[in-house]
Amino acid sequence: MLLDALLLQLGYNATLVAIGAALLGTSAGITGTFLFLRKRALVSDAVSHATLPGVCIAFLIMAFAGGDGRNLAGLLAGSAVSAGIGLWCMNWLTRNTRLAEDAAIGAVLSVFFGFGIVLLTVIQTLGVGRQAGLEGFLLGSTAGMLYSDAVVIAAGGAVTLFLVLLTRRPMTLVAFDPEYAAARGLPVDRIDMLMMGLVMAVTVVGLKIVGLILIVALLIIPAVTARFWTERSEYVVLLAGLFGGVAAYLGAALSASAPNLPTGPLIVLVSFALFALSLFLAPNRGVLAAVLRHLRFQRRVHLRQGLLALAQGQAIYESLTLRLLQRAGLVRADGVPTSSGKARAAKALRDERRWEVVRSDMDHEAAAALYDGLRDIETVLTPDQIQEIDRQIGGPREVLS
Amino acid sequence: MSSDEAQEAKIAQSPLAIRGLTVSYGEKPAVFSVDMTVEPGQMTAIIGPNGAGKSTLLKAALGIVAPLSGRVSVFGRSLEEQRARIAYVPQRASVDWDFPTRVIDVVLMGLYRELGLLGRVKGAHRAKARECLERVGMGEFAARQIGQLSGGQQQRVFLARALAQGADLYLLDEPFAGVDAATEKAIISVLKSLRQAGKTVVVVHHDLATVTEYFDNVFLINTRRIAEGPVVEAFTEESLQAAYGGRLATSQIDKLAKA
Amino acid sequence: MSGQEFVPLSLTPMLIGIFAAVACALPGNFLLLRRQALIGDAISHVVLPGIVLAFLVTGVISTWPMMLGAAGAAIVAVVMIEAIRRLGRIEPGAAMGVVFTTMFAGGVLLLEQSDTSTVHLDVEHALYGNLESLIWLDATGWSSLLDPEALRYLPTELPRMALTLVGVCLFTALFWRALKISTFDEGFARTMGIRTNLLGLGLVITAAVAAVAAFDAVGSIIVIAMFICPPAAARLMTNRLEAQIAWSVLFAVVSAVLGYALAGFGPLWLGGADSVSAAGMIATVSGVILAIAARFGPARGRSGAPAGV
Repeated sequence: MLLDALLLQLGYNATLVAIGAALLGTSAGITGTFLFLRKRALVSDAVSHATLPGVCIAFLIMAFAGGDGRNLAGLLAGSAVSAGIGLWCMNWLTRNTRLAEDAAIGAVLSVFFGFGIVLLTVIQTLGVGRQAGLEGFLLGSTAGMLYSDAVVIAAGGAVTLFLVLLTRRPMTLVAFDPEYAAARGLPVDRIDMLMMGLVMAVTVVGLKIVGLILIVALLIIPAVTARFWTERSEYVVLLAGLFGGVAAYLGAALSASAPNLPTGPLIVLVSFALFALSLFLAPNRGVLAAVLRHLRFQRRVHLRQGLLALAQGQAIYESLTLRLLQRAGLVRADGVPTSSGKARAAKALRDERRWEVVRSDMDHEAAAALYDGLRDIETVLTPDQIQEIDRQIGGPREVLS
Repeated sequence: MSSDEAQEAKIAQSPLAIRGLTVSYGEKPAVFSVDMTVEPGQMTAIIGPNGAGKSTLLKAALGIVAPLSGRVSVFGRSLEEQRARIAYVPQRASVDWDFPTRVIDVVLMGLYRELGLLGRVKGAHRAKARECLERVGMGEFAARQIGQLSGGQQQRVFLARALAQGADLYLLDEPFAGVDAATEKAIISVLKSLRQAGKTVVVVHHDLATVTEYFDNVFLINTRRIAEGPVVEAFTEESLQAAYGGRLATSQIDKLAKA
Repeated sequence: MSGQEFVPLSLTPMLIGIFAAVACALPGNFLLLRRQALIGDAISHVVLPGIVLAFLVTGVISTWPMMLGAAGAAIVAVVMIEAIRRLGRIEPGAAMGVVFTTMFAGGVLLLEQSDTSTVHLDVEHALYGNLESLIWLDATGWSSLLDPEALRYLPTELPRMALTLVGVCLFTALFWRALKISTFDEGFARTMGIRTNLLGLGLVITAAVAAVAAFDAVGSIIVIAMFICPPAAARLMTNRLEAQIAWSVLFAVVSAVLGYALAGFGPLWLGGADSVSAAGMIATVSGVILAIAARFGPARGRSGAPAGV
């Protein structure tokens, strides 16, 4: 069953949904990256919650007009309008009042959602239509979906992806460095609006699959995950699209493979699994790598400081320093340096003198900028230069202890 | 060893003694293995080029950032025991000036240790806060919303808050950065009066031209300690060259060292 | 309306709404000033997995295990957000987004997978609660407030919410000065010996307790709205923290009372027959108050530069 699902063998609807989800996941991952790089990830949360009143009002209008209130395209159009109003409110609050963006996000999110709930209860009590599973928009539901709905989703996914690919260049520029982009003459405000427009498009298309509460995960998690693997923004964009697409496809396929497996939550959980793996295991930015690096770094700092203290005959106060020196065979248990300890200490002190010369000499400015107390002088200067410096500071001296 | 004992005695006397302090943001130490011994009852300037670790040194000494190694002693005891004797004036830009509060409330924050969690603010406290504001020339601004102040006025309010603490050691982070001439004069006269009252003042300072005029001691830092001592001895051409390297023209250094 | 009708049907839900609104608005003031306004949003989302887990473990719908489960989930979420933020060097908003969506998704999946058809436990209830049902049928009028027999049958949410409010007030009063100093200037607060990290955690836990207790009675949506809207509106009314707190409490109370009344009677005035969601209406009213404050509030404009400029 699971294999069937992954290979798209579960019928037209499931296949269409899985493909649509993968397309949507890819465009959400890419769009989310721009938001994330702009440090506005949670704006998408406000946008998605703000769709609810629109869905309800669209339903009411369509039902009163005598049509089928459940027409997906109509509901999605309504959601887009109210998401747009929510976005406008948020921008207005941050521009015209002293409130920070996080407060504006929270205010729009809760108020629009609250109003949406009011409308939902109105729909329930008015008894128009069969209430129509509008609750499905909260958490998404793809079970028992109409063929036409599946087509709307697949087409929506394709269109958003197309739009994202079309506009990715200027958006990367703005996300990465808005001031530089403005200086280059790019209309930053309009590109920001475009970005928000894409967020809205992703949200609206995703409503039926993931639901408005969880759609924000599709926008945020892949971008954050991708950030662990690379420092280059164009790769972050690509990877985020990939992670988003894979997670959405796997989630949608898994949910079709058995009953009681809601699509939205599964997509989110697959995304999170990718995130957790990256958080711990990614090279460079991953936690494991960082912890190892920090421990190594701390050892280097303590050893170096210990050697310098030995060389200058100063007492060593910290037990960690002493332990590290002992373990390296540089001091004896009673704190007296061994012969190799003396030699290393003399070298450390001498390097420090050499650095002093380097740092006070304008000719060595480039090398001096690299000083951090730890770097070996041999890595920045040629042997000839070092010899020249040694001439200035005299021959090596014995370490006293 | 007797040199160790002498060291310990010096540490015990010093209002602020730092040994082997290393602080690192990520993989590059901002401050590396720095020793510093502040002389009691004097005014000391911490100087060095941008990014040399001046503010970091101060923040680590106060326990605001965690050092990688090193120890700090305040009047011969640990920092925690001596909190009440230290007053800190942070950089102006480090706080949200849109915070809903008035000038007098900010100064009253300096009395926190006296008031504790629940102590009531009494007339005497208010009078003290007002007096501190008068000392920095901000008496008539007591009821002002802090967001309405100019940069120099904000700095003076911060100084008044430190005064309210009634400390023995004052640590100031770039108090003269971006302030008007009147504020600079007001601040320096307050600092000098503190010294006269036997207090110790340490200032992170960026204006080399005023070092000899304002301070007794200098501490030059560029990741490591470059020089430390009375201005006449430590504020020399060599030490400036060592701290600033190529960033300062030789003619400038000549002028400063002779000033 | 007579006490005969008001006391049994409207008094208790209204009081519970007021207590919940104020209990969330108080810590909300500090969260707002600390740029942590969305913590309330995150906490209210993770309450769902907490109660579902508690239900799966105990097998019954009972209040205390669920409250504990929810509180536990809130603390797990806060710790995870902090860990991801620090370990992964990720901005707080994104870290929050990762954590609360994942935990909420886990909660929904658990709920779908477990057999909860026999009990009243669903996502909709968690989101918008059922304030209207917290009625006091044993009351016959105002005199019932003095009748110990009737008082025994008060909805248990009422004393629980009142207790939570008292706790939140105590925390705010006790740490008022420390909270104010550390919110304004954290570095300075540390040099005064204030344990700013612990205090920050205490604030978030207080917010979480308020959120969990309120959620049980009124659902998540009020919780999020009350954490943000009344304090945000209050900030636009005044430039003094003390006054801001007072305004926020007033706005919270007005939102609760007006929202409840409009939900109950609004549709009748418009010719409808049934009431609408009180929780949603309370959130809506708080939004209207914020909109008015944003347009006309005397202190709506920025005056000082934000930190780091």
